[in-house]
Amino acid sequence: MMPGRIALAGLVVYALSSGPASAETIRVTIDKLAFAPTEVNAKVGDTIEWVNKDALAHTATATNGDWNVVIAPKQSGRLVLKKPGAADYFCKYHPNMKGRVIVSP
Amino acid sequence: MIARLSAGVLAACLLSAPVFAQSSKPTDPQIAHIAYTAGQIDIEAAKQALKKSKNKEVREFAQDMVRDHTEVNKQALALVKKLNVKPEDNDTSRALTKEAKAKRAELDKLKGAAFDKAYVANEVAFHKTVNNALETTLIPSAKNGELKDLLQTGLKIFQGHEQHAENVQADLK
Repeated sequence: MMPGRIALAGLVVYALSSGPASAETIRVTIDKLAFAPTEVNAKVGDTIEWVNKDALAHTATATNGDWNVVIAPKQSGRLVLKKPGAADYFCKYHPNMKGRVIVSP
Repeated sequence: MIARLSAGVLAACLLSAPVFAQSSKPTDPQIAHIAYTAGQIDIEAAKQALKKSKNKEVREFAQDMVRDHTEVNKQALALVKKLNVKPEDNDTSRALTKEAKAKRAELDKLKGAAFDKAYVANEVAFHKTVNNALETTLIPSAKNGELKDLLQTGLKIFQGHEQHAENVQADLK
């Protein structure tokens, strides 16, 4: 009885601390034509969520062409990070808006 | 005659920034009118492009212009209503409108790739002129804080449009 409960607790701790369960959602706010924070650090499997507070549509478009997320006015857009490495991105509609995601393995 | 002359001078200066460099600073009602007029001009230009162009990138750019400038002008109208400011017609607005009308007539004679190039080149030039005016005249002259704030956000948007237009222009070559 007792050893079983300990093993179960151990499993729960394990599940919370490693593997896919640790994937995080990292929020980037878009307000008045700026990504904030401009640079974020993430891991493979994490999700970036862009929350657009502007009344204009924006995109988060990787400079290398790997991904393109359209974010409607007052909505949010998400991207699951699949590849490690640093990716610069910009808004296709307003290329003066720039950001960077650094993805560790 | 003097009015015609000054409008002519203003129009002639349109391709360079000093069109907005009036001897006296524009008032808030005049600034609101100029900013709104510039937005409407760009919407009209985009509508012409959507009628005439078959180029996917040019059409997408034009659609972006209609969408963004419509939204900014919606916010501008809401603000002037809230502030109880009546936008006031002025020489700069009139010169802008006159020049834009001439440009539309000129572009209307062009077709295909020639139209696309001329439209996009004008978009680059127009946004440059407006952005310069915002930076050097309109924003510094604006007295109301909310109007200044809207103009500042507008400047960021239009600087984005300027770069976007430059990107399209580079792709057309």
